[in-house]
Amino acid sequence: MEWTSYLAPLLEGAWVTVQITIYSTILGAILAFACGIGKLSPNILIKSVSVAYIEIFRGTSLLVQLFWLYFALPLVGQAIGIDLRFPPVVVGVAALGLNIGSYGAEVVRGAIQSVAHEQYEAAKALNFTPRQTLWRISLPQAIPEMMPTFGNLAVQNLKDTALVSLISLSDLAFRAEHIRNYTQDSTTVYTLVLFMYFGMALVLMALMKWLERFVGRWRAAGR
Amino acid sequence: MSEPIIKFDKVVKRFGDLTVLDELDFQVEQGEKVTIIGPSGSGKSTVLRVLMTLEKINEGVVYIGGEPLWHESRNGKLHEASEAHLRKMRNQMGMVFQQFNLFPHMTVLRNLTEAPVRVLGMSKADVRQRGEELLDLVGLSDQKDKYPHQLSGGQQQRVGIARALAMRPRIMLFDEPTSALDPELVGEVLNVIRRLAKEHDLTMLLVTHEMHFAQQISDRVCFFDKGKIKEQGTPEELFKAPKEARTQEFLKAVLNPD
Ligand SMILES: Nc1ncnc2c1ncn2[C@@H]1O[C@H](COP(=O)(O)OP(=O)(O)OP(=O)(O)O)[C@@H](O)[C@H]1O
Ligand SMILES: [Mg+2]
Repeated sequence: MEWTSYLAPLLEGAWVTVQITIYSTILGAILAFACGIGKLSPNILIKSVSVAYIEIFRGTSLLVQLFWLYFALPLVGQAIGIDLRFPPVVVGVAALGLNIGSYGAEVVRGAIQSVAHEQYEAAKALNFTPRQTLWRISLPQAIPEMMPTFGNLAVQNLKDTALVSLISLSDLAFRAEHIRNYTQDSTTVYTLVLFMYFGMALVLMALMKWLERFVGRWRAAGR
Repeated sequence: MSEPIIKFDKVVKRFGDLTVLDELDFQVEQGEKVTIIGPSGSGKSTVLRVLMTLEKINEGVVYIGGEPLWHESRNGKLHEASEAHLRKMRNQMGMVFQQFNLFPHMTVLRNLTEAPVRVLGMSKADVRQRGEELLDLVGLSDQKDKYPHQLSGGQQQRVGIARALAMRPRIMLFDEPTSALDPELVGEVLNVIRRLAKEHDLTMLLVTHEMHFAQQISDRVCFFDKGKIKEQGTPEELFKAPKEARTQEFLKAVLNPD
């Protein structure tokens, strides 16, 4: 078989990888902001839920989380009489998003706390509410600080998507394994796959770089 | 005499074991321009920060226009103030910080308009016009679309003053507004404050080490020492003929630094 004949199925798999990466990164970002901000909340309930989420998902491996959601959760559902079986794509996106979100939450928390104390005093002197201070004063300054680490996490997330092939999602890694089993042409297949992941990572990095410049454009004004 | 606009009644402020304000009694009349001087750590900034509600007090009562700042009276008794009460009281004060503390992600004009729009709920058009007038007042009309980091320290501090004024406070608090500036930039900031001091109704409370300037604009100068007013009087009285040995010593040290 010609190596070019691998391309079509591999690209199909790559497209699945791209979609899973996008959805899970977005889910992760939402969770990161919700729980990163939540961890700083004066409300003890919101704070505890955020801390528990962050610690549990940072303290266990993605693979275990993935298997737990895919194999264990349906059984838990059965026991309590709720249908908790979800399609692999939902489980894959959820596991990746939950995992990356827990790391992102710490980044969000750290960036918010690194906003100068004086900024909060100035906001208070102008009588902004705590909520206005968060959204209008501290987050706009914190977000550009988060971006480099968010970029790394997004790339990490892209690479982690390979694990979803283990719950039979036909992503790039899954397709590669399939073709290899069929042709025994490991070298060609995995070289192609390597370049495809690398290509996707380059695009993702460029995208995050652009986003970083966009959210921090005030910092570059007049420079 | 009418009710003082600011009144500290036996106010105590402690940080741990350190007593920073020590049963302080202090009054300022409506429209009065008062300068606070004194050695480092004597509690000058703390007085302003207590007024701006950035620092709680431990004992005593602070009144603004006759109304307790840190307390609310219910059934004839004083209780700790709610956040709603503090929000209401805070609108009467404006503060200018030593380090300017402008919002770096907002343009100069936006620094001035954000709070009046969001906090006071004023119309954007009105606030914008008022903002441009204030920038004109501080001589920065041509800088309104720049970001703070593009301005010199003196320009940033003038924006800081305009930002506080945009909220139309009755009381302006200045905490060493020129201490962070290069010497050649001090004058432009002092000129703006000097112009403000001509406003009859505006009450001004200023902490500064610029003794000459204090002498020019103040109705009264208060010398703080160890959390108390050691001596106060007109600039004439205090600078020309200080009575207390501590005041004499301090003035001698700051006026002839060697
Ligand atoms: N948040 C704080 N925690 C602990 N101690 C504090 C705090 N803020 C101020 N202090 C202490 O309180 C004392 C009075 O502080 P304050 O800032 O009012 O002095 P100051 O008269 O303004 O001095 P300076 O001329 O140096 O600005 C100082 O000894 C200072 O170290
Ligand atoms: Mg001070």
